[in-house]
Amino acid sequence: MRMTFDTLLLIMTAAGMAATAGAAPDSARQSELLYLLNQDCSACHGMTRKGGLGPPLLPSSLRDRPTRLLVTTILDGRPGTPMPPWRGELSEQDAQWLVEALRRGEGL
Amino acid sequence: MAGGSLAQGRGPVNHSVSARLWLAILLLAVAQSPSAACLLRGTGDLGVVIERASGSVQVVDTTARSSLFRVTGLGDLSHASVVFSRDARYAYVFGRDGGLSKIDLLCGRLDKRVMQAGNSIGGAISQDGRLVAVSNYTPGGVKVFDAATLDQVADLPALDDKGHSSKVVGLVDAPGQRFVYTLYDAGEIRIADMSDPHAPKVERFRDIGRQPYDALITPDGRNYIAGLFGEDGLVRLDLWQDKPVPQRILDHYGRGEKKLPVYKMPHLEGWAVAGRRIFLPAVGHHEVLVMDSDSWQEAGRIPVHGQPVFVEAEPGGRHVWVNFAHPLNDTVQVIDTQTLKVIATLKPGKAVLHMEFAPRGAAVWVSVRDDDVVRIYDTTTFRELAHLPAEKPSGIFFTDRAHRVGL
Repeated sequence: MRMTFDTLLLIMTAAGMAATAGAAPDSARQSELLYLLNQDCSACHGMTRKGGLGPPLLPSSLRDRPTRLLVTTILDGRPGTPMPPWRGELSEQDAQWLVEALRRGEGL
Repeated sequence: MAGGSLAQGRGPVNHSVSARLWLAILLLAVAQSPSAACLLRGTGDLGVVIERASGSVQVVDTTARSSLFRVTGLGDLSHASVVFSRDARYAYVFGRDGGLSKIDLLCGRLDKRVMQAGNSIGGAISQDGRLVAVSNYTPGGVKVFDAATLDQVADLPALDDKGHSSKVVGLVDAPGQRFVYTLYDAGEIRIADMSDPHAPKVERFRDIGRQPYDALITPDGRNYIAGLFGEDGLVRLDLWQDKPVPQRILDHYGRGEKKLPVYKMPHLEGWAVAGRRIFLPAVGHHEVLVMDSDSWQEAGRIPVHGQPVFVEAEPGGRHVWVNFAHPLNDTVQVIDTQTLKVIATLKPGKAVLHMEFAPRGAAVWVSVRDDDVVRIYDTTTFRELAHLPAEKPSGIFFTDRAHRVGL
């Protein structure tokens, strides 16, 4: 019986992990995203995220921006400005995580 | 030699005097700075490598292909550029965070630093070497400083006709003690005559096109050319005319083709010119544009590996070297300027950000950000000659820029 219980637990954990992987980037992916943010997004938004050609991405400057709008801006870009669409390179979950990371001021 | 024989010729007393003197010198040196041992040498073969993520620069020797000093504490260098004093001893580093730093190349230390704005993009040094100008995003405009002291001399706001401040790009020096720059938001070019630095005379050229993203000036100081992001085309201003009129060139160069997303803005710094041919990056296309500098008409397009960021001609113009935007930024291509063909494709590593030619062009230094390395290539054989470790290197700037218009 105990064997069965353990096996069940294992299956449940595995299922849970799979669900999480679909919902949010794992830690390896998170570091990739943070690297992209710090190295590539910074060309326009700055290393310190105080902005440049693009607007600032500090927690205070994003406070009043709806998450949906920010996710869409990352994925589809903003026509008429130099902000390019990152869809293809970034998933919906990646963009969602990036917005949360920006709101937390991660890595600042 | 003379000092040595003198010391030998004197008695033990003198020895102890000499020892005390040495101690005093040593103490002085230690007290002054960790790198107070300044070099006694020329600076004509020196340069700096920007380390964008750590707010530092390396002072490098292009003859020995070595690093001499590392200077830290320069702030946000995520988009940094450099000009040199006319004696080529000092490098002025323009940082993203509005910091203007003056670095002593011989002593490897920060000489002066001012925070002159909230956010800046580049700078220039005047024809006479006495003024350094910085172009700013926040607040927009240009500020001008005394090159020796970094005291502010003039403030040139970039307000459009409605009173909105504009980001300023493409700031260069021009003959006649002038600075030329472009207003990104307003779509305007301005010329500031700094003959009297306390009473600048500013001339305006409106409606040049949408979102001019960068500009350059030809080495003869005649043509100022701004690239447009908001439309396919460039704008030329002939500074030799008494009354210059902005002229649209390479208009609609991308016609009929879908413009790709641009993951990195191209740069127009540096002038890729070979004979009558001028080479420019196409925005949003995997192409280098070729233009005839007599007619200012398109003279060809060269398909390349990705969207060009820097298109740079070797001194002399035999070859043009190109690097590319994310995500195709692991590659450098070399174009033969006579046949307009790509003759070499190099893979220096992930995220090639900049290329700089050694004076007279025997070698090219290439910064490879993600591999934390600067690779040095022979421009004849395209073989790697050496490499130097550097932390997230971006811009590379050599002192021969000190004596060239627009750099």
